[in-house]
Amino acid sequence: MEIIKTAVAGTLESSDCMVTIEPAQRGLEIDLDSAVIRQYGKRIMEVASETLDRLGVQNARVTIVDKGALDCTIKARVECAAMRAVEHDGRVNWGGVIR
Amino acid sequence: MTNPNKYRLRRTMMFLNCQKPGLIKDPYIYKPDSIMLDLEDAVAEREKDAARYSLYHALQEIDYRGVERVVRINGLDTDLWREDVRCAVAGGCDSIRIPKTENADDVRTVEYAIAEAEREFRRPAGSVLIMAALESARGVINAMSICDSSERLFGIALSGGDYSKDLQISISGTGVEFMGARQHMIIAARAAKVQCFDTVWTNLDDMEGFRREVEIIHSMGFDGKSIINPRQIPIVHEIYTPKEKDIIFAEKVIKEIETKKAQGIGVFTVDGKMIDIAFYDGARRTIALAKASGVYKGDL
Repeated sequence: MEIIKTAVAGTLESSDCMVTIEPAQRGLEIDLDSAVIRQYGKRIMEVASETLDRLGVQNARVTIVDKGALDCTIKARVECAAMRAVEHDGRVNWGGVIR
Repeated sequence: MTNPNKYRLRRTMMFLNCQKPGLIKDPYIYKPDSIMLDLEDAVAEREKDAARYSLYHALQEIDYRGVERVVRINGLDTDLWREDVRCAVAGGCDSIRIPKTENADDVRTVEYAIAEAEREFRRPAGSVLIMAALESARGVINAMSICDSSERLFGIALSGGDYSKDLQISISGTGVEFMGARQHMIIAARAAKVQCFDTVWTNLDDMEGFRREVEIIHSMGFDGKSIINPRQIPIVHEIYTPKEKDIIFAEKVIKEIETKKAQGIGVFTVDGKMIDIAFYDGARRTIALAKASGVYKGDL
């Protein structure tokens, strides 16, 4: 999956996270800002990386501003931002790459 | 075979905006009977995609602890509803609410899409139920055929906001403008043996008005009410929980009818009231509701 434009998903409200995905040339770069980074930073990065891997995103700059999001919200926001960044506008592969 | 969840207890259905993770992460703590995960009006047009991803993962990963998970899809006049159905069924929802239902064909159209999605995502056929929201004069007039439209349909709900616009009236808070629709819908629902739900009460500063309205719709026979705030839940549940005197009377009616039937007696009195077989089902419903509400201690 090739990121063709910058896209954002999510908000800065409590229990949410804002994910920004931008095109990049070489590999994945994930930047995380979270008030609970010491307790949950590793887990948030794992969830984001696994989600991007499942989507087949190999080159992108990803910024996550976390406001206490659950794993399911992190996945949902990363997927939404990625799909917007590739201008996906059709049937979603629920249970496949989205799971 | 009828889905065993078709006639479950649904006193309260709480609307939750799928666009807001903070709302859908733990609503079970308020103990509503059902939650209504909304992809329609509450979600901004440009956030429809985001709401679906949130919905899918919430359904897959959050344990709602037995609370029924109903998903309100976008209207059949949009290009959104088919993907909403796929998302909801794939995620594992219990039911789908069709907004702005005008006729029986609307229900059958969605039913067909649900059946396709059940096959696609390998869910048992018939596992996803349907409820239909009636939001227009035409929808209310067609209540009977809508109630009869599908084995999956467990109930109909009045949606007061759009209905009042269609009737070119404003909502007074007295309920007078909804009297005809409410009476018509409850009669149709009972005739078809499905459930019937009332519209939301939006003025959270007037909880006394809310209580009065719940008492009215309870006495009319509605099975429950759509709600928008957790503060409304205990009021509805209190009103819908059978009182001790009603439970005791229902027990006497059931036992007396069974005894007298064996003796060949058709009409008799219980606590001074004339009773016959016509009272049996109502008494059984009172006991069932008392059991479901957790207040029945008897042996029936």
